[in-house]
Amino acid sequence: MLQSVSDFLVITKRQLLQMIRIPEVLIFATIQPAMFVLLFRYVFGGAIDSGVDGGYVQLLMPGIFVQTVAFTLAATAVGLAADMQKGLIDRFRSLPISRSAVVIGRTVGDTLQNVVTLVVMGLVGFLVGWRPSSGPVKIFLGFLFLLAFGYSMSWIGVLIGLSVREERVAQNLVFMTVFPLTFLSNAFAPTTGMPKVLQYFAEWNPVSTMVAACRELFGTENIFGATANSWPSQNPILMSLIYMILLVAIFAPISVRKYVRVSK
Amino acid sequence: MKSIIAQELVKTYDKGAVKALDGLSLEVEEGTVLGLLGPNGAGKTTTVRVLATLLTPDSGSATVAGIDVLKHPDEVRKIIGLSGQYAALDETLTGWDNLTMFGRLYHLNSAASKKRAEELLEKFSLTDAAKRPIRTYSGGMRRRLDLAASLIVKPKVLFLDEPTTGLDPRGRMEMWDVIDELVKGGVTLLLTTQYLEEADHLADSIAVIDTGKVIARGTADELKNQVGGERLEITVEVDQIAAATKLVELVSGTTPTVDSGIRRISAPVSNGSASLIQVLRLLDDAKIHPLDIGLKRPSLDDVFISLTGHVAEVISEEVVGGKNAAKRK
Ligand SMILES: Nc1ncnc2c1ncn2[C@@H]1O[C@H](COP(=O)(O)OP(=O)(O)O)[C@@H](O)[C@H]1O
Ligand SMILES: [Mg+2]
Repeated sequence: MLQSVSDFLVITKRQLLQMIRIPEVLIFATIQPAMFVLLFRYVFGGAIDSGVDGGYVQLLMPGIFVQTVAFTLAATAVGLAADMQKGLIDRFRSLPISRSAVVIGRTVGDTLQNVVTLVVMGLVGFLVGWRPSSGPVKIFLGFLFLLAFGYSMSWIGVLIGLSVREERVAQNLVFMTVFPLTFLSNAFAPTTGMPKVLQYFAEWNPVSTMVAACRELFGTENIFGATANSWPSQNPILMSLIYMILLVAIFAPISVRKYVRVSK
Repeated sequence: MKSIIAQELVKTYDKGAVKALDGLSLEVEEGTVLGLLGPNGAGKTTTVRVLATLLTPDSGSATVAGIDVLKHPDEVRKIIGLSGQYAALDETLTGWDNLTMFGRLYHLNSAASKKRAEELLEKFSLTDAAKRPIRTYSGGMRRRLDLAASLIVKPKVLFLDEPTTGLDPRGRMEMWDVIDELVKGGVTLLLTTQYLEEADHLADSIAVIDTGKVIARGTADELKNQVGGERLEITVEVDQIAAATKLVELVSGTTPTVDSGIRRISAPVSNGSASLIQVLRLLDDAKIHPLDIGLKRPSLDDVFISLTGHVAEVISEEVVGGKNAAKRK
């Protein structure tokens, strides 16, 4: 048991080392969401009538946070696909380490990367007027929620990365699925404008429940959701928790199994 | 004692359409080197992957150091080292980072993994490059570091999958030296290669594989004998080819093969050196001065062609050609 903990820590440490050895990666991973903050804040911010205290940026920040952590799936998938392609996964599999160490190490590493990204985004958000109003405990819980969501998305990324085995394929596949998911949500605009069917989809979409949950935790009224009045839109925190537990409960065992049997 | 035993391994892909292994069996005596020789797609990597616990065969069994590979893969992983066909390293990390990471994954403590990394970098002449990211390494350096990573816990059994493929001649020589040294240390080694002369140089015995089966086994000499005895080869000036051919025919008793492009006449002979002396006398009498003359034992290249009916690989042909040219002096 202790041994497997140390195994996965070694793998996580490897990822932190990568950040130090090529800081460009982390810098770009941070600049991109920071740019999103600025673009949405100033391009759409003027056009969208938010109707909440403090303006659109209060609604926007939880949306961008969730979109960013949802893309942890991409980081994990691409990272593992690259390891597959280079034969590193084979090498790890030939070592006397626990069967889950490599994938757990990867998901934890990607989550630590999110910590850095979220801090930077939060600061950029603050500079452009984001003012969470719920007090330190809830704000902290909000960030914890985001990290947990990123972590559970990361497990889908494990399965994708080990299945497609090619960095570029992983990249395309992930972007094709995660982008629509983040836009078919209440992250950036009200769902009221969507056709009724899409509204229901958008409200059941985990991205929406996460965004709604974060708005609640950061102390902003979620006026972008709840139009179709579905259960998830009324209980976003609970629903998000259920989603996260489901994601990990389903994808973690499948992914570990995949890792054990994967063959290049 | 047998260190590696594989029995009737079968592995198919695409629902049986591709037979990567088709009843492959082999044995490696403890402390010896087996060269698994075969062209691209013969099943070398698949064999190594099965033996190194990475791949489960459809049927068949295997043991490594007496441990059943299928039943106790975890035990096998503790005593093997694997260096795959492509250097499997973290390119963004330094050589040092990679070796210490693998050391930790072999459950050495922090101090021991650092000490071992230092030793290995020294041994593989990589100390100067230790703090550079792998992506700045040459192909030869990568392969050496990859090999070093597989030696961290002094494995009992080592698998090297095409350790010199893609290296330039100098990189290959360096790799050979390193492997020679390892073998002197007593490790049991299974080495795959497409290079016929590599198996000849590094391996105690050779298993030739093609389409997932062992088609011949033995020492390099035994395999060569299987193809036939020695050949007499002489090279003469263009205008003397006809006359010299008649003399070679007289001595060998068969019709010689003539390659007029390189002005070479060759024929199989049974009593090697006697025939050589006889032909030299006749040539001298006829005032023909050969540019080159000698006895040639069949190369492993010849072995391969005669066993499989096809040439191994374009790339290995070049290498073998170069080596034969050197041997003929
Ligand atoms: N994952 C796979 N899917 C389908 N075919 C495969 C797979 N791995 C290997 N093969 C096929 O099995 C055969 C043997 O492959 P391999 O062991 O890699 O050969 P070698 O290493 O000797 O070049 C080849 O025909 C190859 O195409
Ligand atoms: Mg191969």
